[in-house]
Amino acid sequence: MSTGPDTPLQSQAPSAIPADPKLDAKVPPGPLAEKWTAHRDHLRLVNPNNKRKFTVLVLGSGLAGASAAASLAELGYVVECFCFQDSPRRAHSIAAQGGINAAKNYRNDGDSVFRLFYDTIKGGDFRSREANVHRLAELSVEIIDQCVAQGVPFAREYGGLLDNRSFGGAQVSRTFYARGQTGQQLLLGAYQALSRQIGLGQVAMFPRTELLDVVVEDGRALGIVVRDLTTGAISSHAGHAVVLATGGYSNVYYLSTNAKGSNATAIWRAYRRGAFFANPCYTQIHPTCIPAAGDYQSKLTLMSESLRNDGRIWVPLDPQDARPPQQIPPAARDYYLERCYPAFGNLVPRDVAARKAKQVVDEGRGVGPQKNGVYLDFADAIARLGRGVIEDRYGNLFEMYEKITGEDPYRTPMRIYPAPHYTMGGLWVDYDLQSTVQGLFVIGEANFSDHGANRLGASALMQGLADGYFVLPYTLGNYLAGHLGEKLSTGHPAFRNARAETDARLAKLLAGSGKRSVDSFHRELGRLCWEYCGIARNAAGLEKALALIPALRDEFWRDVRVLGTAAGVNQELEKAGRLADFFELAELMCRDALMRDESAGGHLREEHQTPEGEALRDDERFAFVGAWEWKGEGAAPELHGEPLAFEAVSLSQRSYK
Amino acid sequence: MDLTLHVWRQAGPGEPGRMQAYEVKGVNEHSSFLEMLDVLNQQLGERGEEPIAFDHDCREGICGSCGFLINGVAHGPLPGTTVCQLHMRHFRHGDALRLEPWRAKAFPVIRDLMVDRGAFDRVVQAGGFVSVATGSAPEANLIPVPKPLADRAFDAAACIGCGACVAQCPNGAAQLFTAAKVSHLGLLPQGQPERTARAVAMVEAMEGQGFGACSNYAECEAVCPKEISIDFIARMNRDYLKAKLKGVEKVPLGD
Repeated sequence: MSTGPDTPLQSQAPSAIPADPKLDAKVPPGPLAEKWTAHRDHLRLVNPNNKRKFTVLVLGSGLAGASAAASLAELGYVVECFCFQDSPRRAHSIAAQGGINAAKNYRNDGDSVFRLFYDTIKGGDFRSREANVHRLAELSVEIIDQCVAQGVPFAREYGGLLDNRSFGGAQVSRTFYARGQTGQQLLLGAYQALSRQIGLGQVAMFPRTELLDVVVEDGRALGIVVRDLTTGAISSHAGHAVVLATGGYSNVYYLSTNAKGSNATAIWRAYRRGAFFANPCYTQIHPTCIPAAGDYQSKLTLMSESLRNDGRIWVPLDPQDARPPQQIPPAARDYYLERCYPAFGNLVPRDVAARKAKQVVDEGRGVGPQKNGVYLDFADAIARLGRGVIEDRYGNLFEMYEKITGEDPYRTPMRIYPAPHYTMGGLWVDYDLQSTVQGLFVIGEANFSDHGANRLGASALMQGLADGYFVLPYTLGNYLAGHLGEKLSTGHPAFRNARAETDARLAKLLAGSGKRSVDSFHRELGRLCWEYCGIARNAAGLEKALALIPALRDEFWRDVRVLGTAAGVNQELEKAGRLADFFELAELMCRDALMRDESAGGHLREEHQTPEGEALRDDERFAFVGAWEWKGEGAAPELHGEPLAFEAVSLSQRSYK
Repeated sequence: MDLTLHVWRQAGPGEPGRMQAYEVKGVNEHSSFLEMLDVLNQQLGERGEEPIAFDHDCREGICGSCGFLINGVAHGPLPGTTVCQLHMRHFRHGDALRLEPWRAKAFPVIRDLMVDRGAFDRVVQAGGFVSVATGSAPEANLIPVPKPLADRAFDAAACIGCGACVAQCPNGAAQLFTAAKVSHLGLLPQGQPERTARAVAMVEAMEGQGFGACSNYAECEAVCPKEISIDFIARMNRDYLKAKLKGVEKVPLGD
């Protein structure tokens, strides 16, 4: 399906979704559980002696990027890896706290590959591709093996075997963890594997280097244009394939749990060069973050949702109840998740927990100085298990909370509130993780593939590592096998054009004599996105946002203040370039949210909800992936649909009651 | 609260630098130290002055990007805390604070409070890993690891590579950073085959990167935001000495 740029927005959603020839997902034939194995058996291989003749450019060094770069280098490919941080060890995967899922069934509690697959499909509200999700569940078990062998210090039981815990939305204990720093330890494992390859000369590492454009000619990726953030030097790199592992776009909201540097420039530049952007409206608002304290707030800090295993969420029944939490008797408290969802209680999926928190705060029952939070209370767990156990499980999180708020969560309940955390949308990829641009592969959070409309807890780490360690090394080889003997050169006119456009763009950002800081624009954009395309959306609000965002973007280009030059370190220039892309992405996100006239997972359209406030899908009209094609400056993007066919599961209304 | 900041300003690597004084007014006690600098940078921009460059990313104390000296103390006065997690409630109205970049030969200044910590990466590249290629791992529960051992390994693995240990050391030594990685992997069964070679390779790489020698000042431990113990340095030294005394040759790593 496709519609012209002049079609009114609302009518862009068709009543039936025929397969779009531009979106061939290349899902292998055969039974679901055998697809990946059969596919792998038939992928083309590159002879060991020929692997060194291929150069692969990997952008990003988080779990997906570092694991891909290391694994590709181990195979013998020449790899160039780029990250904007000063070391590949710092990518934002490092901040993931809770854990990583795997269908090991070590607990004998009924887990299986199918069950992990099913939970992920259901958690994603039936908006992901079955075959990808099943592959993810299959590979989950290998990831744990790999990480343990690397020396990742997962939590263990006294018998010396790996410990597991249950995690948001799961009724089995399949989550592996390393205190509250699982992401850090997994990333260090991948970083160490990558470092080994750097030491061996198999990977050339470019830290403090940012992608500014993807070079594409005739629908095929030839390389990239990057800027050295230390010297300001701009250079072009050619590769037989380009891998984007550059993470998500939650910072479109300005205040999010992402690192300050996390940005969407790589995927956005790729989008403008022909890679379709899928489901941009699927964003995840994490239910357990520390509420904002003031207008100087620069980011929000997540408190792992593993805390919901032992903490109980409540607000006072009476909005006027201003007593300190300890003095509010149980009868005057509303444990609203336990009340509304007796089966899952405090462990309902993230989107449900986030919406309910917003609802009680909107009712005026919020707690804390700004009445913008809900309590997450450990008093019962401490009484039941003892302080030692709680300290063992969450010690570092409690410390972090106390550092930020000055309050001791062992004595007084934590205050939490939802914050943008993860983006399920991203560049469209086929089963081989290749985008609509040949030779441009997208892995980890940067792609759209596995989480549908909502990601389950402890699944992001799983997906990043599955893509990097176990999918891309196979599928990329299959692609490269068809390109043996092709010479690389940055002399192609496409490189010169991309370079010239990059220079012009930087010059434009620096040329203005504007008055407003980059951050002031970013805050304003973030407020618009939060207000109109945050936890809950509606058509009127989205239409308003679609008028306000371009106006703010025009003002940005007229009135932004970027001092200094492009030579050498210029952090304001970096931020301005990223924000310019966030403006365009924000617009596409709202456009997609307006087009998707249903609720699904993290995308709640207020027009479509059950009487209990649950997301109400419209499978007749919207069981498809919405992938947007850039049609040029000033032109409306074109929507393409990939129909989602479900063979192994039957679509059901999610219910966590 | 109002503060006076004396900040190291340096335009680029090898350029001369100097301390520059700034008055910051109306600082909110609940803001973080870096948010206070954001506010100052905003004000500098309004005056047409270039903002102060400093490294930061996660602002959650885990990525290890941030760090500078506050009145001569790496990450400032609060123990076990990175500067991004240091909040202004720990300072008082009228305080004068000196902000300087990490001072160490192995960490050249890039600009203002930013330094180049690439030397840390090169130490890890020399041997800070287990040589296990993707796909070759055995079943995860095949080798039990006693919980106390796993916990001890984790204590060492908690290092965020921020460089405070080097910055605080009068010798600019990187023993705590290196020992943390040597110990994390050396304590686990998975790290045993390369334990000796790793210790030798990493210690020698460390010495080759321009870090100073360790003379047991223990300043590193005092400022480490992850409170990593200097016991690990003794452990690394034992591994290294044993390798040297027994004549265990350095074996090539990673092949």
